Amino acid sequence: MPQTIGIPKETYAGEKRVAISPDVVEKLIKLGFAVQVESGAGEGASFFNDALAAAGAKVTDAADIYATSDIIFKVREPDLNEVAKLKQGSTLISFIWPAQNPDLMKALAAKKVTVLAMDCVPRLLSRAQKMDALTSMAGIGGYRAVIEAANAFGRYFNGQITAAGKIPPAKVFIAGAGVAGLAAIGTAAGLGAIVRANDTRGEVADQVKSLGGEFVKVDYEEEGSGGGGYAKVMSEGFQKAQREMYAGQAKDVDIIITTALIPGKPAPRLITAEMVKSMKPGSVIVDMAAERGGNCELTEPDKAVVKYGVTIIGYTDLASRLAKQSSTLYATNLWRLTEELCKAKDGQIVVNMEDDAIRGFTVIKDGEITWPAPPLKLPAPPAPKAAAPVVKPEEKKSGAGQAIMVLIAAVLFALIGLTAPAAFIGHFTVFVLAVFVGYMVVWNVTPALHTPLMSVTNAISSIITIGALLQVAPPPAPGRLDFPILVIAVVGIALTSINTFGGFAVTRRMLMMFHK
Amino acid sequence: MNFAIPATLTTVAYIGATILFILSLGGLSNPETSRRGNWFGIIGMTIAILATVFGMRGSQTGDVQIVALHGLPWIVGAMAVGGTIGLILAKKVKMTQMPELVAIMHSLVGLAACTIGFASFIDTTPLDVPLKDLAASENIHLIEIYVGILIGAVTFSGSVIAFGKLSGRIGGKPVILPGRNLINLLGLAVVIYYGYVFVAAGGLHEQAPTVQILIPLIVMTAISLLFGIHMVMAIGGADMPVVVSMLNSYSGWAAAATGFMLSNDLLIVVGALVGSSGAILSYIMCRAMNRKFLAVISGGFGTGGGAAAKKKDDGEPQGEVTPISATDTAELLKEAKSVIIVPGYGMAVAQAQHTVYEITKVLREQGKNVRFGIHPVAGRMPGHMNVLLAEAKVPYDIVMEMDELNGDFPETDVSMVIGANDIVNPAAQEDPTSPIAGMPVLEVWKAKTSIVMKRSMASGYAGVDNPLFYKENNRMLFGDAKKMLDEVLVALKA
Repeated sequence: MPQTIGIPKETYAGEKRVAISPDVVEKLIKLGFAVQVESGAGEGASFFNDALAAAGAKVTDAADIYATSDIIFKVREPDLNEVAKLKQGSTLISFIWPAQNPDLMKALAAKKVTVLAMDCVPRLLSRAQKMDALTSMAGIGGYRAVIEAANAFGRYFNGQITAAGKIPPAKVFIAGAGVAGLAAIGTAAGLGAIVRANDTRGEVADQVKSLGGEFVKVDYEEEGSGGGGYAKVMSEGFQKAQREMYAGQAKDVDIIITTALIPGKPAPRLITAEMVKSMKPGSVIVDMAAERGGNCELTEPDKAVVKYGVTIIGYTDLASRLAKQSSTLYATNLWRLTEELCKAKDGQIVVNMEDDAIRGFTVIKDGEITWPAPPLKLPAPPAPKAAAPVVKPEEKKSGAGQAIMVLIAAVLFALIGLTAPAAFIGHFTVFVLAVFVGYMVVWNVTPALHTPLMSVTNAISSIITIGALLQVAPPPAPGRLDFPILVIAVVGIALTSINTFGGFAVTRRMLMMFHK
Repeated sequence: MNFAIPATLTTVAYIGATILFILSLGGLSNPETSRRGNWFGIIGMTIAILATVFGMRGSQTGDVQIVALHGLPWIVGAMAVGGTIGLILAKKVKMTQMPELVAIMHSLVGLAACTIGFASFIDTTPLDVPLKDLAASENIHLIEIYVGILIGAVTFSGSVIAFGKLSGRIGGKPVILPGRNLINLLGLAVVIYYGYVFVAAGGLHEQAPTVQILIPLIVMTAISLLFGIHMVMAIGGADMPVVVSMLNSYSGWAAAATGFMLSNDLLIVVGALVGSSGAILSYIMCRAMNRKFLAVISGGFGTGGGAAAKKKDDGEPQGEVTPISATDTAELLKEAKSVIIVPGYGMAVAQAQHTVYEITKVLREQGKNVRFGIHPVAGRMPGHMNVLLAEAKVPYDIVMEMDELNGDFPETDVSMVIGANDIVNPAAQEDPTSPIAGMPVLEVWKAKTSIVMKRSMASGYAGVDNPLFYKENNRMLFGDAKKMLDEVLVALKA
């Protein structure tokens, strides 16, 4: 008997997202599940009943969903009414925010259900990325924040030269280069604005640049990576330097988008009322941290307000404002998670607590609170500096090594000069010079031709044949064993001839193949 | 040397040959000039041989005669036999077998150095030097013979083993004897001791060689041969580029030593050229693996054989790989604007270079930017991949060096790794404890999607797990490279 997945309509006021898409209905059915959707659940996201039904979902009412579904997909955490409707022993997959909602957790536990929280994704596991709804929602939020800003901003984003005069491009400053921040950078840069961004984690500077932004540094040495890709609270000295930098940016830019969040802490206050006052009239601030207290002092959650001539947008439902996109991505995240839960593809989920990824998601297992999950034992991403200290001492060592080599060479040369006869010195001079000529010439050889180089040097080194040629018939001398010498010399000539002819011929064959 | 007039002509001819050889190597700096370079080498060699055969040289009695006129039939005969074998080899060899051919040719140079050394030893003609220098010169001459045979023998046996390993006649795994360093040291001590005995007994050299001085020479030759075998046996398959270029270098030094032995500057110069060329190649190969030359030569991998194995136990980021089918690979390639192909030894083994080019051609006709990224140690000898791609008619201007290309991966849509592993391992950059940490690698994972073609999930030569396979943007195309690429090609054309 396959399990049934039910998707109720979101009841939170203004929430337009839904935890399903027609594509995902098909994919879930392929995994062996039955899918039922509350009538009208997808309307906010433009997934209408007929499209969902055509994909194979049963369209029914809320009471039926809660009564007959083994698994419930939701976007927002359920309210207590919805918790009351849950079937005992069923599984709920949704955003939960267990740290902020202890009462909800207790209520859910009392219902003896299993709960997987989409916000508890173990982000360090690379295979959990495909189920990471936080990332997909944050990316949409970042995009929408720029769109909201553009909507409230009275000018073009891109610079233009028109018949009526030159229009300078808008300057956008983005605080925090996490997923949302990076999406905002890309979107704003795409619209043609000059984009600057800052983050306490220095390692994101390259990502900022790659999206077309400019990374603004705080003039203070401190690394702000708090582990797991999140930021941490910074020292007083750093914060002061950071405030100065923000104050400077506030005077210069037209749009500020703040995305700074620290896990488990209220959002850091980055933009003071003073800074807002110093901004040009008509400027826009989008505070993406409004739900957690806001990065800007004057933010009012869920509202757009104008203060000191600056529009401050504190919407907390940015993802919901792009309901079709966010529902599609969220539903895909849910499907990926379901895939992990149902490896046998038989329409039965197995909440395997031994699996690191699943363990991370699971906050309540059969009525027992299992949140928070124990930390993952994964290697932290290597500090970017790690490579530098390894190189440095080696360079030093090779310097000393070189000095020793030069010394040894000098001693050897002196020894040879003192003891060897004149004829040898002559040959030795030629030898050393030839080594240097070889060194100079061969460095110019393009690496693509290293194999021909080897075969041609091979051919050339059969010049050794001259030794054998001289031995074939030397001037007569008394008491010499001429015959063995002749035999050995002939063998030598034959051997080297293989090399001479073969080496040059194969080199020629190779070089003929190289063409533009 | 009191050469008569024509003998000075020989010397001048030698100088000409020397210059031609230098120009020959210089010509290889660019594919366009390289063919001319090869001709310079051929002309130089011809001049040198003719000048030697028809040149004159002084004899003890002051006679000047054509050196080898009555030896000419022997010379022509030997050259005809050797030359025919050489030309046949050069014509028949497959490009994938080039490393083997080069290795076996190195062994011939080494063997020739040995034979010339022995012949020179048997030749009791007193040296042509002023009487007061005779004793010192005799000693030096003996040392030169000794060293010449030593290098020749090591080159010979080492190259034969390298040939065996490259052609698969001997297993590629490093064979490490217990106490191998001690064995080597002991061998060295014996060689030095017998060298002393040999030179000391050299006074008897005026007469025919006796058993008394032959024994040190033969013992030394045997030890050198064993040393060459031992050295190359201890080196694993993927270190072969270093070994081949090192033997290339040795064959040069053997020629130079022979030149000293025969007081012949041409041999010395050419030997030095070849020797330093091979040394530079070995250096480039070592740098490309971020390893010390001595560490490679002393065999095994890394400093301790256990390093690679230990790493596996403490848990590389094992994860899930995402397989992909040949059809989907073709789809990815169709959508891509820029593609970088990274070939490795696996492509040579599967003989897939022609299919690779066919795919390249189709993609280029669709206006895509297709390039090849070559790691210096890809394959079994320096430049191996370039030759294979050239054979498959890939134009050399889209075949790039690692350094030329590495910055371009972030703007690349698809990077395709064909039969390579360690040279694309991100652990070299990301994991300071990895045995291959610090080795320069091609950063294929920075492309939007990377596709790795591989037979199975086995580790690379270094025994290091490859985190690339588990990356989110990586896809694995399992199977024989040739077969899979054929399928991709069919799907691309469809």
